[in-house]
Amino acid sequence: MIKGTVIIERDICKGCELCIVACPQESLGLSNNINLHGYRYAELIKDNCTGCVNCAIVCPDVAITVYRQPKAALKKAI
Amino acid sequence: MQETIQINGYELVYKKPSTLTEKPFHYCPGCGHSVVHRVLMEVIEEMGIQERTIGVAPVGCSVFAYDYMDIDMQEAAHGRATAVATGIKRIHPDKFVFSYQGDGDLAAIGTAETIHAVNRGENILMIFINNAIYGMTGGQMAPTTLLEQVTSTTPYGRKHEAMGYPLKITDLLANLPGAYFVTRQAVHSVNAVRKLKKAIEKSFEYQKLNRGTSFIEVVSNCPSGWKMTPVESNKWLEENMFPMYPLGDIKLPKEK
Repeated sequence: MIKGTVIIERDICKGCELCIVACPQESLGLSNNINLHGYRYAELIKDNCTGCVNCAIVCPDVAITVYRQPKAALKKAI
Repeated sequence: MQETIQINGYELVYKKPSTLTEKPFHYCPGCGHSVVHRVLMEVIEEMGIQERTIGVAPVGCSVFAYDYMDIDMQEAAHGRATAVATGIKRIHPDKFVFSYQGDGDLAAIGTAETIHAVNRGENILMIFINNAIYGMTGGQMAPTTLLEQVTSTTPYGRKHEAMGYPLKITDLLANLPGAYFVTRQAVHSVNAVRKLKKAIEKSFEYQKLNRGTSFIEVVSNCPSGWKMTPVESNKWLEENMFPMYPLGDIKLPKEK
């Protein structure tokens, strides 16, 4: 399975939870901490991200950057 | 430091488009405006027309659109964005021109300008954000407000006897001969955002070919105005807005 990861800019996230609903792997959740603006921000809570970009597409604040394992590396691993 | 190690060996698949400025959006959490801003800017980045695009910002929540979009922008008076865009396009026919308006702007105060701009078949892209409410001024009733919808000026729900019916301005405009491509999209889900992006791409392509007015209505949410959480508002949008404003292409170009 392709592995990916997301980096969420903590202080840009407004905790609207749209990415959490959009994630097919349910790997995002709201943090128990708050950011500079007082919002609970979204963060990766599981290690099963596939880098499908769904969260970044629905994110209204463009806080999410998505990285994915290159396909070449996957072939090598197999 | 930990993050840089984590991304080591992984390739970048999605990042913020370079056509958006560094300034964080001032919109409420979960607002559809910022998704439309981003999708629009993604298209402009991918088509490589950043230097050749001029946008017209409206009055409403998105009045500061020019702060976020790293392209040439012009602010217009309330409702007059399409008129200003007309002037810009006529002086610069080689530039890509779009207007960006909300429902109070385009469908209430700017109805005359909008209808005549479409009727003249101005070669511009009009983006219309429909969230059934005046968002910025405190959630008053807009022409697009649904029947029985509670807003701050219709506390018992909108009644057609006194306030008329929701105005489906997109369907109205599709009847005009100047309209080339009219479509209704949404931003409530991943697929909807992808479809919206395709529609914007298409409209810029048509504009390149001088085909006439492209009109994109985006059914959007207003979590603050509707007094809901963003997730609830998207659900409410699906259940209540879509029966009145069904998604899809309303007027497609005739094949030649």
